[in-house]
Amino acid sequence: MTDIKKLNESDLKDLSAQASRLRINCVKMIHNAASGHIGGALSAIDLILVLYKKIINHYCQWDCDPEWGKRDRFVLSKGHASSALYSVLAECGYFEEEELMTFRKLGSRLQGHPCCLPGVEIPSGSLGQGLSVANGIALSLKLDKNPAKVFVMLGDGENQEGQVWEAAMSSAHYKLDNVIAIIDRNRLQIDGNTEDVMALEPLADKWRAFGWEVLEIDGHDLQQIYGAYQQAATKNRPVAIIANTVKGKGVSFMENNAKWHGIPPKDEEFIKAVEELKEKC
Amino acid sequence: MLTDNKVISSLRKAYGETLVELGKENPAIVVLDADLSGSTQTSQFAKAFPDRFFNMGIAEQDAIGTAAGLASTGKIAFISTFAVFASGRAWDQVRCSVAYPSYNVKIVATHGGITVGEDGASHQALEDISLMRSLPGMTVIVPADSVETRAVIKYVAANKGPYYVRVARPNLPEVFDADKYKFNLKAKVLVEGTDLTIATYGETVVEALKCAKMLKEKGISAEVINVPVIKPLDEKTILESARKTGAVLAVENHSIIGGLGSSICELLGENQPLPVKRVGMQDRFGESGRDTELMKEFGLVAEKFIDDALKLINKKI
Repeated sequence: MTDIKKLNESDLKDLSAQASRLRINCVKMIHNAASGHIGGALSAIDLILVLYKKIINHYCQWDCDPEWGKRDRFVLSKGHASSALYSVLAECGYFEEEELMTFRKLGSRLQGHPCCLPGVEIPSGSLGQGLSVANGIALSLKLDKNPAKVFVMLGDGENQEGQVWEAAMSSAHYKLDNVIAIIDRNRLQIDGNTEDVMALEPLADKWRAFGWEVLEIDGHDLQQIYGAYQQAATKNRPVAIIANTVKGKGVSFMENNAKWHGIPPKDEEFIKAVEELKEKC
Repeated sequence: MLTDNKVISSLRKAYGETLVELGKENPAIVVLDADLSGSTQTSQFAKAFPDRFFNMGIAEQDAIGTAAGLASTGKIAFISTFAVFASGRAWDQVRCSVAYPSYNVKIVATHGGITVGEDGASHQALEDISLMRSLPGMTVIVPADSVETRAVIKYVAANKGPYYVRVARPNLPEVFDADKYKFNLKAKVLVEGTDLTIATYGETVVEALKCAKMLKEKGISAEVINVPVIKPLDEKTILESARKTGAVLAVENHSIIGGLGSSICELLGENQPLPVKRVGMQDRFGESGRDTELMKEFGLVAEKFIDDALKLINKKI
């Protein structure tokens, strides 16, 4: 096994501050749009940020970069966490930060659910489809002897979609060791606790039974996230990282509350949320 | 362009052979199937290019998504299964993962329509044209014989974007002369006439030609148009013919809701209101039986729809 690197203190501090700043952007975007999915964006953002900042090769020049074909891919299957993805893409220079405020507005490239803009590999929104598409990308990369990896993020509730398991079977069947699934296990979906709505547990056993290697981590511990991504890249079969997260992470009154799946904060809630997050920047 | 219809051949076999031909020319072509490769004839490609063939098992939703992923990286992805599964089971995957990003995915669905036969209603796609036609950017094509099938498959491989091609199960008479036939997105007037237009595609083209002959014996001049491309519809050719003859009989191996008949009603309703009769499945499910029996039972043969044609002529304005 190759050496697993660790984030140094300064990296940790920077990433942590960035994460809080990007959380503020998510809250601002959703408040400004008066709609959007804040809970699942705040649970996912640490995972997406570490991926883009520390793991994947990516090029901001879109397809005019000659190295473009070699980039690692990220597929956001839980498309409703679009505000988190857009915030990270802006942070990485795919577009100007001010464009974030067009989110969900008429004429914006930043659609409610992602499609068709630099940095977004495939459209998503209708849950359950991302892993199949990621498998297709992975098969194509293998045909072309391209060593790039495909990361795909699924919501935990999304695991209730049958297509996810069709795709999980395919990844293992085709030995897609270039596919890494990240499961944002925040334990909540719109109608409540996942275990009350449609029980997922034992989730890790299910993925293992489908032929996957499973890693379980704290999805807000930046060091653990960084370590898991590196470890996943060394396996000879597809890897699912079950990241235990907190829905609404970072804003006290949003944390672990299913109500915050898909509603925007009111003005006073918005101010309070930004104040809380600013303290962590 | 037309033959004497004496040679009978398999459209599916033609599809499989054409895939192999294309696979030799272009390494970007990949093929997926959902455990029906023998029936759809993608097995020919699987044998010739095992590395570029992916059997996705009985999982059509995953198969469509995987095809989308392959296409997103520059591959030309052909995906085949029965029409009922490709268009129905995986409709949302076709919508969100293929049509929305306009990927280069070619859905070639075999066993469309009532002529699936003995398998019965569960397997007879009578709604696929309707389902696929409603998706923005989706081109919908149904070839009438093996000659047209070969040409259509080459066309969709060479042209970017999502395509839905329905290929019939039964062996059919070769309507077109392979040396003279050229495919493009236009409708083709096969027989010129002045009293009535018969517009059709797929298996009923040969029946429409027969019907025109029968009408001629009664002194009625029917124009027959082959409309292999249901979307985008060749509005000009159909409107010109309709204006000339004053009535359109639309014949198809599909529900009367949402297929070619509906398309023509939409076109004429907005541009040139004229009497139309839709011949097809009358908003009902099919049933088991031999393909030829079923075509008769549901009015898709010349001997049956000639009555519709005669009634329609009496309605002319």
